[in-house]
Amino acid sequence: MRHSRKLAGALYAAPVAVFVLVFFIAPLLLVGRMSASDWPLLAGDLGLNMPDNYTGIADNPLFWPAVGFTLKYTGIVVVLLIGLSLLLALIVADRRKGTGFFRTAYFLPTTLGLASASLLFFGFYSPAIGPLDPLLEALGLGPVSWLGTPTAALWSTVVLIVWKFAGFFMIILLVGLQSIPPDVYEAARLDGANRWQSFRHVTVPLLRPALGLVLILSVTGSLLAFDQFFILTKGGPDNSTVTVVQLIYREAFQRFDLGAAAAISVVVLAALVVVNIGQLRALRKDT
Amino acid sequence: MRPKLWSTSYYVLAGGFAVLFLFPLVWTGYASVAPAGATRQQDGYGLGNYAGLLEYDAGLGRYLWNSTYVSVLTVAFTLALAVLGGYAFARFTFRGKDTLFIVTLAILMVPYSTLLIPLYSMLGDLGLRNSLTGLALVLTLYQLPFAVFMMRISFEAVPKEIEESAMCDGAGTFGVLTRIMLFAVWPGLVTVGLFSFLAAWNDFIAPLILVSEADKAVLPVAIANLRQQSMGAVDFGATQAGVVVMALPCLVLFALLQRHYVRGFMSGAIKG
Repeated sequence: MRHSRKLAGALYAAPVAVFVLVFFIAPLLLVGRMSASDWPLLAGDLGLNMPDNYTGIADNPLFWPAVGFTLKYTGIVVVLLIGLSLLLALIVADRRKGTGFFRTAYFLPTTLGLASASLLFFGFYSPAIGPLDPLLEALGLGPVSWLGTPTAALWSTVVLIVWKFAGFFMIILLVGLQSIPPDVYEAARLDGANRWQSFRHVTVPLLRPALGLVLILSVTGSLLAFDQFFILTKGGPDNSTVTVVQLIYREAFQRFDLGAAAAISVVVLAALVVVNIGQLRALRKDT
Repeated sequence: MRPKLWSTSYYVLAGGFAVLFLFPLVWTGYASVAPAGATRQQDGYGLGNYAGLLEYDAGLGRYLWNSTYVSVLTVAFTLALAVLGGYAFARFTFRGKDTLFIVTLAILMVPYSTLLIPLYSMLGDLGLRNSLTGLALVLTLYQLPFAVFMMRISFEAVPKEIEESAMCDGAGTFGVLTRIMLFAVWPGLVTVGLFSFLAAWNDFIAPLILVSEADKAVLPVAIANLRQQSMGAVDFGATQAGVVVMALPCLVLFALLQRHYVRGFMSGAIKG
């Protein structure tokens, strides 16, 4: 009986095991092998060429600018997103008239896909049909080229991302806020803490697990940014908004070099594992 | 006096944010039907941009079908794998159980783009490149960590007594699963189904890389191509009509299944 139960368990798990083996483990091994091989897109595997693909990364004139841009973008997005989503969560935390409406309003952009949101803002920022220039004109201000300069393109994309994701992170923080027992605030109030002090010394520490989750999700998401730049800025102007993942795409499907693309992919994977372990450690140490 | 001031400034702030968050959504609906130069809607309000989409390239109908097919297939694959796997992880012990569970969750650690390069090559060998079924399999991979985790905790939450009494009546483990457990875990099924549908419906980079034939494009890729291909003159009106078409199912699902949205996030918060 016990033996057959073990067998049954293994049988139920078998589809997941096979699937993970074929679509996760195998490609993971293959990307390592591709990164060590001369592997043009059309010709396929032409044999090992270690370490050419890896040394080629440093020679790629777009690599360091892409790394620098991705890090800068990540820093800006993470700070703004966490700040705004925390503010929104605090706004809608207490039940009063209208909070249901506000929650829904802030959350609605999250229901769109990232590609849809990027296409929306592609029109939103355009001089052809965008509503911003007419609004500015009404205020007596000149038209702005929202995607025309490197700085404008960066900040316009940041606005899109903050708009799209703030409501999502708000919900995570809201769940965290609501899990703080009210008597903790009561105790702080009896100890004479004012609004700011109880926020600083009660809310923030007890919100740490939720803040940690928001941090990890926003850092990972921004480091791997692709859709928004591919659609909105196409990496421009003058390649100023090319992210690391976009570089992988370009190497593979515009320069037709899967080996080089695989090598960058392996580096990105390693970097991401290090970043995530670092974040988890830091969060655990502090709590 | 002071509480009143506080209350007024609260509503000014909260309402101001609401306007900022809703404005782009309202605008895209408006822009898709409003008259504008260089669009299919020149005079007065109307559905010219949508009519334009119907005729664009392989036609809106084709792209809608492709997106629906991929999304439904992804949901089916994900649910099948996660139900069997979640049941196994929650109720059985077997060799390699913990390893398999951790490896499944580890999919989250590996960037999408890292796996798409080798998957592009592998799907070619398997005859699944340019195949919507192949695309659905890849999309399933990224749903698996959340789905298996969600179904595992759903099955674990079902009281063991229900199962044992059925076992005493002579039902096998599969009979228990199909006749009893599936009904007990249906909220988990809805959450997993909802999230995998939305992820598949909205995914951009996987179909961009894995499917290059124009008549097999899914909606996001087709609408993005629409924006790229015409030289100089982008059809902005049709683009916004496309955004509305893509957004509508998401908004409807949100309206119908709000509770399951939050449920999914809560389990995410527990996980962190």
